[in-house]
Amino acid sequence: MSAQRRAQVLLAILAVALIVLPFVSGSYVLSVATLILFFAFTGQAWNVMMGFAGQLSLGHSLYVGLGAYAAAGLFFHYGIGPWAGVWLAIALCVVAGAVIGFLAFRFGISGVYFALLTIAFAEFTRIGFDHITWLGGAAGLFIKVEQRDTWDLLNLRGTPKMFYFVMLALAAGAFAFCTWLLRSRAGYYWQAIREDEDAAQALGINTFRWKMLAVVISAAMTGVAGVFYAFYYNNLFPEQTYHISRSIEIILGPIIGGLGTLFGPILGAAVLTILADSITEIMAAAGIEVPGVKQVFYGLCLLVVIMFLPNGIWPAIARRLGLKDK
Amino acid sequence: MPLELVVNVAISGVLTGLVYGLMALGLSVIFGVVRVVNFAHGEMMTIAMYAVVVLFAALGLDPLLLVIPIAAAFFGFGYVLQAGLINPFITRPEHSQFLLLVAIGLIMVNALLVIFGPDARNVQVDYQLESFAIGPILFDKVRVIAAGAALATSAALFAFFKLTLTGKAIRACADNHLGALVVGLNVKHLYALTFGVGAACVAVAGCMMVLLVDVTPVLGPSYTLLAFVIVIVGGLGSMPGALLGGVLIGMSESLAGLFIEPSAKSMFSFGLLILVLLFRPQGLMGRRA
Repeated sequence: MSAQRRAQVLLAILAVALIVLPFVSGSYVLSVATLILFFAFTGQAWNVMMGFAGQLSLGHSLYVGLGAYAAAGLFFHYGIGPWAGVWLAIALCVVAGAVIGFLAFRFGISGVYFALLTIAFAEFTRIGFDHITWLGGAAGLFIKVEQRDTWDLLNLRGTPKMFYFVMLALAAGAFAFCTWLLRSRAGYYWQAIREDEDAAQALGINTFRWKMLAVVISAAMTGVAGVFYAFYYNNLFPEQTYHISRSIEIILGPIIGGLGTLFGPILGAAVLTILADSITEIMAAAGIEVPGVKQVFYGLCLLVVIMFLPNGIWPAIARRLGLKDK
Repeated sequence: MPLELVVNVAISGVLTGLVYGLMALGLSVIFGVVRVVNFAHGEMMTIAMYAVVVLFAALGLDPLLLVIPIAAAFFGFGYVLQAGLINPFITRPEHSQFLLLVAIGLIMVNALLVIFGPDARNVQVDYQLESFAIGPILFDKVRVIAAGAALATSAALFAFFKLTLTGKAIRACADNHLGALVVGLNVKHLYALTFGVGAACVAVAGCMMVLLVDVTPVLGPSYTLLAFVIVIVGGLGSMPGALLGGVLIGMSESLAGLFIEPSAKSMFSFGLLILVLLFRPQGLMGRRA
């Protein structure tokens, strides 16, 4: 069996397993699986910018927050469902990403400075939203929870199973989209820019334009995740939604899984979410209820992975499985 | 609004800003030499603050006396951290280093949370509420002491880098890594020394800061961000820039708290950061790379 054939078979097995899962699992497993798919999706989005084009963003919570607040605000004030809100979310995130990208790339800001600029914009927006009373301010914005037994896809109101399938569709769509992107003209230009921007420019690639495209695509995808976040959790606080720890959560998956790979964000999200949840379970079983113990273990695990698997988990596994896939 | 109030608030902002400046100086020194951004900087500061709280409660010693042993301990801690964990990451890509320090910071914050719980702690010294006046202007005694200690530590640091042979060697590493290796400097040892010096700076800043504010574990990440804002505004890698940035941010924070709203004060700082990054990315006193 060729490597490509083998990859297709494994992917098909995974797809079937993910579709069957909600029918055989309990509600707890389903919620964990939904969370994994959420982080697989946001990780995929962030990976477009960092993994493909080499632009380190540490402020992706900005796009989660903008997307979430855009759709939730429309629903809360005007009763307009997320089927419409998602377009506003995408538009806002595209504008925000374009502004940040334009300012940064026009003024030649890169590397650490670019990363800090993205943090600055996210923090600026977080504190700003604390003072927007129309969207609840620091006290939070709450969406009414209703219709838990039927599936209302247009308004994203329904059972946990519905949310799982929505997230599965989004994650699968993002995977397919990124697979296509990476093999498209843009994908090759991005990789050239990532490896050596000066050389890419010398070859006639308009680096400004392609970097902008990466930021805008990544921002729009993350905004869609924000819409899901708003309607899944039904409450939004600037302190949580825009916080830098959310940005870090988003980027951990792809880095642990394998930066710039297509399957890395999915694997990373699964490993981290399951790790975090099993630590919680073990703590509960051992009767330890001190806050912070879980995060200490989490940090230690992270430390070990970064030290010993600098390229992430997926490349090592892919080699073992005989897949040449990146 | 009475002018005296504005002047008083501005002065208290400048004094606090000098302590901020010392904290940022530690970050700036580490980045300037090792070229690693210390994402666990504010977390290290909160550890120093808790060290003061614990030792003050146990021994009853004045925080001003505790500065020296705590700074020495932090120097050793910083040295070991750099030599053991960070040095192997020097040649790795930026995001890898970033993640390493994020993991270290995560462990620090939550270890503090496990040990001390989420409640705020403070130290009460008997001169806490004393102040003195020059004309109509009031000075808080603790703030003046804290700012004085920050200035003294900064001066000692300048002297170390300008006057000693080791300081010169560290500056050589910062200017040209390869050149430093060629002339036979022990770069890894010097990097570890630098990280130790940066850690000692942030320890002194922490010992002073605990006199001014209550400490909770979650302060760590916000101090890290604050330190970033200051060094970017002042110029990453520039030592006078860090102090200047600290004073500017301290003053803008306290004035924004007075004129606008206390909770919006850091929005002001981040706005300033965005402007500086866009129009003078090397910072107010930085050199163009």
